Parts: sequence; C-alpha cells; structure tokens
Amino acid sequence: MSGALTLSQKVWNSHIVREQPGEPSLIYIDLHLVHEVTSPQAFSGLRERGLKVRRPDLTVATTDHSIPTTDRSLPILDPIAAKQVAQLQTNCDEFGVPCFGVHSQDQGVVHVIGPELGLTQPGMTVVCGDSHTATHGAFGALAFGIGTSEVENVLATQTLLQRPSKPFRVTVDGQLKPGVSAKDIILALCAKVGIGGGTGCVFEYTGSTIRGLDMEGRMTVSNMSIEAGARAGMVAPDDTTFQYLHGRRHAPKGAAWDAAVARWKQLPTDEGAVFDHEVSIDGNTLEPMITWGTNPGMGVSISGAVPDPHSIVDALERDAVMKALAYMGLEAGKPILGRPVNVVFIGSCTNSRITDLRAAAAIIKGRKVSPNVRVMVVPGSQDVKRQAIAEGLPEIFRAAGCDYREPGCSMCIAMNGDQLQPGEYSVSTSNRNFEGRQGKGGRTFLASPQTAAASALTGVVTDVRTLF
Amino acid sequence: MKPFTAFESKLVPLPKNNIDTDQIIPARFLKTTSKEGLDKNLFSDWRLEPDFILNTPRGQGKQILLAGDNFGCGSSREHAPWALTQFGFRAVISTSFADIFKENSLKNSLIPIVVPADVHAKLFALPEDAVVKVDLARECIVLPDGQEVSFPVPAFSKSCLLQGVDELGWILNKADAIAAFEATHPAMINTLA
Ligand code: SF4
Repeated sequence: MSGALTLSQKVWNSHIVREQPGEPSLIYIDLHLVHEVTSPQAFSGLRERGLKVRRPDLTVATTDHSIPTTDRSLPILDPIAAKQVAQLQTNCDEFGVPCFGVHSQDQGVVHVIGPELGLTQPGMTVVCGDSHTATHGAFGALAFGIGTSEVENVLATQTLLQRPSKPFRVTVDGQLKPGVSAKDIILALCAKVGIGGGTGCVFEYTGSTIRGLDMEGRMTVSNMSIEAGARAGMVAPDDTTFQYLHGRRHAPKGAAWDAAVARWKQLPTDEGAVFDHEVSIDGNTLEPMITWGTNPGMGVSISGAVPDPHSIVDALERDAVMKALAYMGLEAGKPILGRPVNVVFIGSCTNSRITDLRAAAAIIKGRKVSPNVRVMVVPGSQDVKRQAIAEGLPEIFRAAGCDYREPGCSMCIAMNGDQLQPGEYSVSTSNRNFEGRQGKGGRTFLASPQTAAASALTGVVTDVRTLF
Repeated sequence: MKPFTAFESKLVPLPKNNIDTDQIIPARFLKTTSKEGLDKNLFSDWRLEPDFILNTPRGQGKQILLAGDNFGCGSSREHAPWALTQFGFRAVISTSFADIFKENSLKNSLIPIVVPADVHAKLFALPEDAVVKVDLARECIVLPDGQEVSFPVPAFSKSCLLQGVDELGWILNKADAIAAFEATHPAMINTLA
C-alpha cells in the first residue's frame, strides 16, 4: 500500500519546518531537555552571539550527571563539579529556562523526570544532549541524543537540521518467563545486531511482548536503542501509554486530553508500511541476559559461556574479543555464572524507576547481601525516591546491607565519585560496559535489576531463578 | 569557523573496532564548562600505556586518524571531536561511524571519511611515512600511489565546511519559516507553568 507510513515517519513528517533538495530537513523540537554536562558551552555560544532561548516554555533543565548521590544538605566537594552545577543554574536563570536543581523536589536523571512529569508525550520530537534520549521513544515520541552544537541550535531556534533515520522494525513476540524482563530484551537485541547494527536507523519496537510491557519496561528497552547503534527507538502509543500519562502534571487535561488521545491513536504504523530492516526476538525462549565484554553488544544468556576468540574468523573481531577478555580478566569458553563480584549498582536511566526498585527489593527482602559486595541502590529521581519511601523500599534495601542513595546518574557514568576501583567487578543495571565507564580499570557486567539483586545476595554472578 | 581546505598528512592508525566516546575522552573530564584543554585528555586511559601510538613520535603532529569500524559509538559528547581537533586531527578514516559522532564532527571541521573495507585494509597496510591527501571539495582521498577514493559527505555539510559557515547562522536566517510553523503547531506543554 503506497502512502503507508511507519510511526517514526509520521512523527518526522509532522515536524518538518522546511525541506529543500540538497539540504537536510529543518525539524521542529517539541521538548528540549538540558543537563549540566553538555550545555555550558551551548549557553556560552548564545552569549557570544547575543541570542536568547527561543522557547524556554519547551525547555527544562536538571542536574544529574556530576552531582553526588550523598546527603544533599552538604555542599558538593569536587570544585569542578560544583562549578558545573552552579553554572547550569546561572545559565538557566539568565536565559529564563526552568531548572530542577540539586535541591528541587523534581530533580532526577533527565530521562526519568521527563516522562514522570508528563512532559514526554506521544508524537512529540524530544532531544537532549545525551544519547539515552531514546528513552522517551517508549511513548511514541521521536527522541534522540544531540551534541552540544545542536543543543545551542535548539536553544536558539527550537529547530535542528536533520536527515531522516531509516525505520528498523524489532518484533518481540511471546510470553516472558519469570526472571526475564525488559532489560533482557534489549540486551538480547544488542547481542543479536551488534553495537553498530542500528546505525542510521530508528528502531520501532513491536510485537506482543512489547505490548505486554508496562511503560517503565518500554522505557528500559527504548533507552538502550543507542547501544545497538540506533539513534532512536520507539513504541507505538496504546492504552498502556495513555493510562500512564493521564493526570500527570504536564499531560493535557479535560477536553484537550480527549483531543490528544484521538490524535495519538493515529500514530501507530500503517498496515503495509515498509521497513528498511527487520529483526525478531522470541520472547518465549528469552533467558536472563548478561554482558561479558566491553561493549553492550557483547552479551550472552546468563547460563552461557564467554566466547572463544579462536572460533572467530575476522581478525579485527577476534582481536576485539581477545582485548575485551583481557580487560575483563575472563577466560574464553568459561561460564559467567559464579564469577565473583565486588560491587552491584542498581540505578541509571535504564533501570532506576519504581518498578526496577520493586523488582530488586522483591528479591532482596528479608535477606542479607553478601559481605563481600558493596551494593549501591540509586533511585532515578526525587519522585521515585518518594514512591519508594511510601512503599517501604529503602528499609528493605538498608536492612539487607545495601547503600541506598540520593537520585542521580551515579556510577552509570562515574563522574561524581561513585565508581569502581581498578580491577573491580560490578553487576550493573546501567547501559554501558565500555572500558573505564564505571571507573578507570573497572569491569562491568550489564544485567537486569533482578540479576543484579540476586548477585548482590550471593556475591557471584547469579541466575535469579535459582533464588525463587 | 575557518573554511576547510585540502591537506596532506601521514596516518595515525588505531586498528580497533567500535572505539567509543568514553575511550576518546573519559567522562571524568566532562566536568569542564569550556571547550578548551580537552586534547590533553584525548584517549586518556590508553595513553597510560607508554607505547600507545599517541605517546610515540608517529602519533604527533598528524592530521588523519585511521580507525577500525564503527568509530565514535556510545555517548553523544561533542567533547570527543573537540578533543580530536584540539590534538590536531582534521579527518578520521573508518568503514563506518556512529551517527551522533558523525554529526558532531561535521560541525567541528573534523571530516568523518567512510571508505570501503578493501581501501581500509590497504590504508592500514601502508608504510609509516605514507602521505594521504584529503580533498573535501572533490570528496576524495588520494593515496600515495595516486589512487583516488571518493567518500560520501552530505552536500549541505560540505558547503558549510568549505565556506566556513556554521549551521546556527544558517538556521537563524530561516526565522520566518520557524515562526510560520509555530503558528500551525500548538505546543503540547508549557514548562514555565
Ligand atoms: S544515567 Fe547514565 S546513561 Fe543515563 S543519562 Fe545519566 S549518565 Fe547518561
């Protein structure tokens, strides 16, 4: 059927400000999220040119990357981080941009707060100077990360020059087994297509497993689209989306809500629309996943073995696996289960929402974490923190011996002092296991909150299903 | 931005696939509020190895980095091209680049040059003193044996680079089109409310 469009194409088409042959399209941005790390040079650029922020009403800032996750009544000890955080506030004050600073009741990881405040809505274009902006695609928004020059462009003009990404359909069908979650879906996708598999594309997630996920699970999946190379990942909006959004602070109200839902219902991909690429994953047989290497595509099912480089034909590929194994201190062909761990990190924009904390708490409740493991639990936002308190989760974590901290990016990016020591192993619910990502010389196994919680209890990489 | 002109350089080979931006510049150096001084932290953790190429004479004063597949994956940090250009690089040659890195590079006069696998292998096999020419205007690189290999570059980015025009200036000239679009596209949110 000609004229049939995919979800991402519909959102793209409705945001074209200008399109001319030989030029990239000029695309309008509905929501711009700003944080302290990738914005200071953009605000400086505005100042140098004497420009204003065109639409402060479509912009919101928070501080998450470089702030400590310790007691917020204390000053930030790292002077460089303190200056960066203060600079964000100064910039926002000067340019009239609302900012959820360190002491705000709405502070949190940028990709956690957008959805929870109802700012992220279906059909929108959402950008942020951060590659995990793909998270917001869970609502059927076209959401992608941009560089600092582009942050400046959006601040000044609310538009971006862009070339469209190719639609890439990812179908996940079937019933997930107990102990298997959204994180395992996306780790399986990264392992299947590789870290560059989605380059130039936008993933459109579909299938019964995706439809069966709650919004937080869908956010976990969309979040890591970039780890398979796709700049964006999207899920078509449905009743689950509308229920999540209804009543949130910035969601439409009254008649405007009904009109919005009617529009949002037009967004799902048309019958017969053409995708440039397709891949499918069997939800029924999916196992808990874990990474063994130094990029998110280097993953296996938890009962699997570390690969043997000698079985790899391509020289650079073989070399990459050998280097990854050397960095990780792992032996080829050996199982991952039972590997001792020093740290467990439950947090990040991938897995720090209330359902993630609940899932981890359900495993940990009434038990003690291994004395050999430092367990950090970092809620994604002040709102998640409040919900967790209401449900008694901090007590569960603390009674088990976990370090329950204040909201922020924390050890996901290890900018704020929350980090691994050289050689330490961590099971982390975050999204990147690159060399040094969680601290110089640190070694990261990426996994779900359930797997992380199970490994915290035993002190070794553990299949959560053995604890049920 | 200065207009981009053709240049010649020896190559700095980094034969590794999937070099991510956390390797190019680790996050702990992103606490800065300026663009300056990032070159000293380029590939910071790898430079701890004394024989890492950027620590050797071969890594000094060159303008072309030759890297493995999928260069620049991971984080969107523009600090990566800033650090590379401050170190002196004006082009990176690979078989593929991550999307955001590619866009960020083009905005900073760092040319991401995509070549086919056979040319890529040939470049890695060149002797240390081999000189390669990068000619953006003709969209090609010239190998020491005279072989010309064309590379794709978006027409718009090319003309911006050759003329030294930055995107923001161009977009600001389209203010009327933006205002016209806004008139037909009501905002869904008001973050100031
Ligand atoms: S939690 Fe990690 S991935 Fe997410 S925004 Fe923060 S640093 Fe980036």
